[in-house]
Amino acid sequence: MSAVEDVVTESPAVEAVPKRAMTLGYGTSLVVLAALIIIPLLVKNFIIFQMTMLLIYGLAVLALNILTGGSGQFSLGQSAFYAVGAYTSAILMEHAGMNYALTLPIAGIICFAFGFLFGQPALRLSGVYLALATFALATAMPQLLKLGYFEYWTGGVQGLVVTKPDAPFGLPMGQDMWLYYFTLVVTIAIYIASVNLLRSRSGRAFMAIRDNEIAASAMGVDVALYKTLAFGVSAGITGVAGGLGAIAVQFVAPDGYTITLAISLFLGMVVGGVGWLPGSIVGSAFIIFVPNIAEGISKGLSGAVFGVLLFLVIFLVPHGARQVAIIAQQLVAKLKKN
Amino acid sequence: MELFANQILAGIATGAIYACMALAVVMIYQAIDHLNFAQGEMAMFSTFVSWQLMQWGVPYWGAFVLTVAFSFAAGIAIERLLFKPLAKAPVLTNVAGFIALYAIINSVAGLIWDFTIKQYPTPFGSSPFLGSQLISTHQAGMIGITLLMLLLLFFFFRFTRVGLAMRAAASLPESARLVGINTSWMIALGWGMAAAIGSVAGMMIAPVVFLEPNMMLGVLIYGFAAAVLGGLSSPFGAVMGGFLVGIFENLVGTYIPGVGNELKLPIALALIIIVLVVKPAGLFGRAIVKRV
Repeated sequence: MSAVEDVVTESPAVEAVPKRAMTLGYGTSLVVLAALIIIPLLVKNFIIFQMTMLLIYGLAVLALNILTGGSGQFSLGQSAFYAVGAYTSAILMEHAGMNYALTLPIAGIICFAFGFLFGQPALRLSGVYLALATFALATAMPQLLKLGYFEYWTGGVQGLVVTKPDAPFGLPMGQDMWLYYFTLVVTIAIYIASVNLLRSRSGRAFMAIRDNEIAASAMGVDVALYKTLAFGVSAGITGVAGGLGAIAVQFVAPDGYTITLAISLFLGMVVGGVGWLPGSIVGSAFIIFVPNIAEGISKGLSGAVFGVLLFLVIFLVPHGARQVAIIAQQLVAKLKKN
Repeated sequence: MELFANQILAGIATGAIYACMALAVVMIYQAIDHLNFAQGEMAMFSTFVSWQLMQWGVPYWGAFVLTVAFSFAAGIAIERLLFKPLAKAPVLTNVAGFIALYAIINSVAGLIWDFTIKQYPTPFGSSPFLGSQLISTHQAGMIGITLLMLLLLFFFFRFTRVGLAMRAAASLPESARLVGINTSWMIALGWGMAAAIGSVAGMMIAPVVFLEPNMMLGVLIYGFAAAVLGGLSSPFGAVMGGFLVGIFENLVGTYIPGVGNELKLPIALALIIIVLVVKPAGLFGRAIVKRV
């Protein structure tokens, strides 16, 4: 009964973003960086905590952006990688007594391996089928973490409590502020690495696959390798974000990493602009603050308010924050001319 | 052996729920080429409307017909108001729109009818069907209605002008426009029909899972899985997929030790992924050939 679809010329699901358009200009980056360094000195502890979460979710959105915006693969399973990273950090800190900073690279490597392996069967799937496969991973993860076999390590349904680190070398700052600057350094390092990755040979291979898989393989790009590699890199960064998240929240529990988190990260990517890395932080701000704003407008209808706000954003700027940035850039160019 | 047969029968009974939902999922996928994440919530809202009508004294079948008509109109209205303006936006933006719609409907239904669980009547009665304890007359009626809808859809797409026009619009929009088909309205019609089928699914499912704003959450996941398993291009495949997922789920719960209710869903999903890796277009779907 289905429609006849013997021949389909398919347009790519993710539009092509030239690699130079994926980053911010030099001057703008410095302004944003300065703001991120100075603001915490002026605000209360709770806001510093929220800004830490902003950076952490920003990293997770960035990871998804590399996968979807970079290599054109779709994932609803990011919450699973986030969970693995969070649990790795928490278990290493609480059971092995390891230093929190050292647990992050380990979380990243474990998640990289996990993502790389998951990318293998996912190779045969694309579009909705890949979405379903990653979705399955996301729904399975909280259940796996609750399993009795791992309870000694994971703490089962109860989860694990993580101690918050103090500032080292006797620096005169609170735990929250230290953690914020620590997260900021990690975030910047990963951001720069990601930008360089996308500008490298591997990045070009990702984008070639995104734009036209068959053409890419004809040019000699090892499609299978780079697709799984994109999964691995994305999972690795998400894992580091998860580890940082566990330290910031001081708690890991299976129900913190459900499919809702994966959907939030996805929304963050769309709002920030698919394929535009600096947009990740805008998207992250959207998923952290807008639910709170919606709750503030109406308690009973917070879901509806959130939905309406989301619709407003995608109606006004279907391409997310990237579109705003482009419009602003054009305005500035015009002003300079006059 | 008797246990096995009984579990298959019970699986078919739960599978009927998924088959209903999967049919609605495939319908919208045919029209717009995306999975609509808000589908379950739309069905839930329709079910609440029928419940409200019955509270006001409308008899069951009257409420049934009115609800289907309301859902059809509401589906078209949603497409015209919210998704037509997004037609040119990127695919992922559309998906974000579905998530927004999901949040809105869920929250509004919660506000109007609150989150307490409500009983929902069945027109078929709930006595054992043909003397079997595992399948009730309601579940048998539900299977009957699902198969009836499938048959109607088959005739609609096969033998009516509108059905043919919808298929044309879905497969080659450009060419369809050239022969005078209003492709934009075909999409709206697809939304309307998907909403109507979803409302029937909701009214059939509600007596089993009880009526409340989050009732469709689990059902929709299984419905998606069933539709993908059967092949998104085939309504028949979707219904079969629904029954298969129901049977899978029951057998896994019975025969694999240590699998409680918690692990049923992950294992069912894992099995589906294994099937997809072997047969990427689904069991009954048609492989799409790409032109380079």
